[in-house]
Amino acid sequence: MASTTDDPVTRRDFIHVAATAFAGVGAAAMLWPLVDQMNPDATALSLASIEVDLSPIDTGQAITVMWRGKPIFIRNRTPEEVEAAKAVQMDELKDPVARILGETVQEPATDEALTKSGYEQWLVAVGICTHLGCIPKGQRIGDERGPFGGWFCPCHGSAYDTAGRIRLGPAPTNLEVPPYEFLSDTRIRIG
Amino acid sequence: MAHQSTYEPKTAFTRWMDSRLPVIRMAYDNLLDFPTPRNLNYMWTFGGILAFCLFVQIVTGIVLAMHYAADTSVAFDSIEHLMRNVNYGWLIRYTHAVGASMFFFAVYLHIFRGLYYGSYKPPREILWILGVLIFLAMMATAFMGYSLVWGQMSFWAVTVITNLFSSLDSVVSGLGTGIVQWIWGGFAVNDATLNRLFSLHYLLPFVIAGLVGLHIWALHVTGNNNPTGVPLRDPKTEALPFHPYFTAKDGFAIAVFGLIFAYFVFYMPNYLGHADNYVEANPLQTPPHIVPEWYFLPFYAILRAIPSKLGGVIAMFGAIVVLFFIPWLDTARERSTRYRPIYKYFFWLLVVTCLALGYLGAKPPEGGYLVAGRIFTAYYFIHFLIVMPVIGIIETPKSRPQSIADSILGGGNSSQPAVAAAEKR
Ligand code: HEM
Ligand code: FES
Repeated sequence: MASTTDDPVTRRDFIHVAATAFAGVGAAAMLWPLVDQMNPDATALSLASIEVDLSPIDTGQAITVMWRGKPIFIRNRTPEEVEAAKAVQMDELKDPVARILGETVQEPATDEALTKSGYEQWLVAVGICTHLGCIPKGQRIGDERGPFGGWFCPCHGSAYDTAGRIRLGPAPTNLEVPPYEFLSDTRIRIG
Repeated sequence: MAHQSTYEPKTAFTRWMDSRLPVIRMAYDNLLDFPTPRNLNYMWTFGGILAFCLFVQIVTGIVLAMHYAADTSVAFDSIEHLMRNVNYGWLIRYTHAVGASMFFFAVYLHIFRGLYYGSYKPPREILWILGVLIFLAMMATAFMGYSLVWGQMSFWAVTVITNLFSSLDSVVSGLGTGIVQWIWGGFAVNDATLNRLFSLHYLLPFVIAGLVGLHIWALHVTGNNNPTGVPLRDPKTEALPFHPYFTAKDGFAIAVFGLIFAYFVFYMPNYLGHADNYVEANPLQTPPHIVPEWYFLPFYAILRAIPSKLGGVIAMFGAIVVLFFIPWLDTARERSTRYRPIYKYFFWLLVVTCLALGYLGAKPPEGGYLVAGRIFTAYYFIHFLIVMPVIGIIETPKSRPQSIADSILGGGNSSQPAVAAAEKR
């Protein structure tokens, strides 16, 4: 060991620093479990997928199902509604990006990108206003659907079109589309 | 002016205690003997009233928690059960619910008292900052408490307010959503959310109690401000011991406050609440109008005045954050607005602005309401960021009494006879 008489850094200093650092790292490591316990737990994650039978939904009707505790809008759109959604140019949109959950590549929010090919009449979207989380109106016949014929959020006045795209109001983004696939012509699996 | 202890233990027991744990000395110095300016007006009684409110909330809250079940399937029913079947359950719950409103009513008057008399100015900056922290903790507590009822307003208020954090998605993609799901413990407001809100609603009042302890400690280091803003010079002529003079005065004020409180509890317990909260939470149906409790309305109006989601959130939190900086934003030489001929108009303009924002917070954000909301929001910030620093520099204060004694006894400096006379009671 080096002499401690002329060296100002002593063995004891080193032990102090090392011990404090060790305790600090330990405390910080314990902090993470305390934070992470608040994240969605295994049961929340396990409700990941559901199957929905589409056969009872007539053209022009819509149903709402729950997936991961969120309402999912499923609408059987009329041919006019599909045409209206397809006719929209990307530069008319407030949010030109298709918000597809779990998708890493960003695609333009065309009606094609938001639906499954061959099943264009079906629109499936998370029924939560992207402003502050209210449930927009428009699922039931007779509901106010706003100026773009899709959905209208009564909370702060956001209006969505028939492809769930935000067109007017404070909501920043389009309705999200959950990951789903067609199992048959009348059955989908969400999640 | 830190106060010298004058406590003298008289019995063998108190002497024994005093040399081991001098709590009796502490209580004597702070609650009985503390020299308090003689010229305090009734605006100074709200401190005592607020302590009373905290006490009421804690006592009634602990009783509520004995009957409440924090489980989304039964939470709403457990409160209905409390109201109908538990002996005096209705009284305990109404006292707690009305108590929250009374608490905010008192805190707002207390805050405006501080603003009017410049009680945030040196040396009371820390005292003021502790007050703002208490206000923040109160807002968090009341928000969480309201969610426990698990009515429609509870559920949608939690949904809307927690979703505010999702605005951070526009800063770092995914950050906001991550935070919101972390707060929820799921992908929507759910049972896990209710449980953590209950846990924190139980905890925070005790944090508030701790902050109140620090607040009073800081108060007793600097001493009370007073309506003239002139520092206390001679405690013998200008101050009185807290007990019995101010315990009696505060006690009287608490009694009057208690009458108003009781009037609400017994005659209009639901007047300040919202009828939709007697409908059980339904995650599939948003009520037509989501309105927060009245004490949050000014902040809600600020949130909605800004057309961008992130901007609205920043403005709303900014409206509270700006309060922390008031001690340094105010450049005035004079503490009390009494002697500030220009600022006094702006002070009342701020009061009107806050009331107007409260009114607008309950209205739909459209047309004239939205325009008015924007104008008042702008003034709210202009007041603190521009009016306070600028008026303080350009204004010439009116002459004021040289001392508290002058102001009460009318004697002293002959160069200011008018003021001294006006101060005479
Ligand atoms: C700073 C103090 C407090 C404030 C401002 C406050 C505020 C509130 C509010 C606004 C509600 C909703 C009332 C309603 O609409 O029915 C509430 C409910 C509740 N609070 Fe508190 N509270 C405080 C302290 C406490 C404490 C210390 C406890 C427990 C030890 C507690 C337990 C409860 C319970 C169990 C409920 C649900 C029952 C109900 O809604 O009446 N509170 N609180
Ligand atoms: S939550 Fe839908 S517009 Fe605000």
